[in-house]
Amino acid sequence: MGSVLLKNYCQRVVTPKGNTKTILNGIDLGVSQGEQVAIVGSSGAGKTTLLKALIFSSKPSSGQIFFNGQNPWLSSSVVRHKHRRLVSFVPQEPSFPLRQSVYNAVLAGCLPTTNLLTSLVSLIYPKNVDAVTEVLHKFQLSDKIANRVDQLSGGERQRVSLARALISEASFWTIDEPLSGLDPKLADTVIKTLRDHAKQKKITFVCTLHQVEFALRYFPRVVGIKEGNLAFDLPVERVTPSLLEDTYERHKNC
Amino acid sequence: MLASEYRDTIARRNFTFVVIFIVLFFPLIQTVEFYPWVLFGEKNLKITIDFLSTFYPPNLTNTFLLKVFESSLQTVAIATVGLFFALLIGIPSALLITTALSVSEFENRKPVLPYFFRYLIRALLILLRSIPEIVWALIFVRVVGLGPTAGILAIALTYGGMLGKVYAEILESGDNPPGKYAMQIGCSRLQVLMYFLIPQNLLELLSYTVYRWECAIRSTVIMGFVGAGGLGFQLESSLKMFAGDEVLTILFAFIGLVWLSDYFSKSVRKSLT
Repeated sequence: MGSVLLKNYCQRVVTPKGNTKTILNGIDLGVSQGEQVAIVGSSGAGKTTLLKALIFSSKPSSGQIFFNGQNPWLSSSVVRHKHRRLVSFVPQEPSFPLRQSVYNAVLAGCLPTTNLLTSLVSLIYPKNVDAVTEVLHKFQLSDKIANRVDQLSGGERQRVSLARALISEASFWTIDEPLSGLDPKLADTVIKTLRDHAKQKKITFVCTLHQVEFALRYFPRVVGIKEGNLAFDLPVERVTPSLLEDTYERHKNC
Repeated sequence: MLASEYRDTIARRNFTFVVIFIVLFFPLIQTVEFYPWVLFGEKNLKITIDFLSTFYPPNLTNTFLLKVFESSLQTVAIATVGLFFALLIGIPSALLITTALSVSEFENRKPVLPYFFRYLIRALLILLRSIPEIVWALIFVRVVGLGPTAGILAIALTYGGMLGKVYAEILESGDNPPGKYAMQIGCSRLQVLMYFLIPQNLLELLSYTVYRWECAIRSTVIMGFVGAGGLGFQLESSLKMFAGDEVLTILFAFIGLVWLSDYFSKSVRKSLT
């Protein structure tokens, strides 16, 4: 299960100077089970905040969210945290503990569905090595399993970070800028791998993308945001260049 | 924006702080009656020179060296056992008070009850470490009598309070993206600790612990003065008898101990990188 619905969702933050800044301004957005959606928009438009809203990372300032039909912010914090196991999130900046091995870094992706004892034992006696090798192989990294994460290049780290989503048993993926730091050819392979895996396992796949052309090429539905508002939410065939230009246009006085 | 319009607001604030510091510093020296030249007064200088001249040569007779060696071992033992018990206080309390393991903190909510609970334990740790180990030692010498037990208990309580606070802060240090990732995908708190926070902060946690061990050795020496065993006990009796040669030997033993712990700390760090 992995459907989510935002209703008039607002997210405001208080800046250090004490001003209130609206990041998401009344978003209505529904993503149903198994759908693949790309979110586009200029930097600072609120893409990442929207992505985090979908996976109930922080409480909305106003408005509602329904994850699999339930409002997680009305559940107890224990139940809400359990629901997070259904979600896999890949942050834009790959972040691993220093000196962690690639094996452990990838395995971390399936921790939520592993019981505590097994996960502690596998720190000493590695388990699931086959599964880890398999996902690394998909991203052409299987020879790096014994390396330390801090010995990898930026692009390799990015792929290790994405491999965590592949190995997870989550039914809802939110991936922030999966292609930053990858060359065009690799980016192609990576996004295809993610898309096909999601399709095969019926995983809902929402992803923010800086490169509009990738969004148009690989996603059936594209959502544009501009300054915290929904600019458009259309099937990819109906996204026009002028619509995109409008979304990426900035205020003249910036 | 034009370059001429740009003002570094922080620089001005920092400058003000430095000026205020300097303006306050000299009157403060006056207030605390810090007169270093007293050291070089004619009478004091003579006393100092007389005492220092008894230092050389150090007492290196076998019987005394054996005594110093034994008390050094006892000092290390008190510090180590004390630190072990301090860990028993510090680790659990750090896990209880650190916000890095709190789901509500991750969600940016501030529920009252957990906050209050954490504050309570924090207050307890403040109580433990605000009483210096020497004071604890004085109290325990009355309770359990002269000897290492008082020193061990004193180290355990004060250092437990310090370790708990600092461990918690190390775990919270930085922006902690790995920990946030783990929370986001729904890991249990022990998993967050074992797979993310500890690997992330291992070096810092270890080097702080070894540093505290070094400090424990030094404070054990001081606590010896109030009868809590170890090298300090030895030093006190030598000082009382104005046996400068013995004092010098003991000082060498101190330097040796601290050097040893420094070496130990370095090699632990090296083996981890």
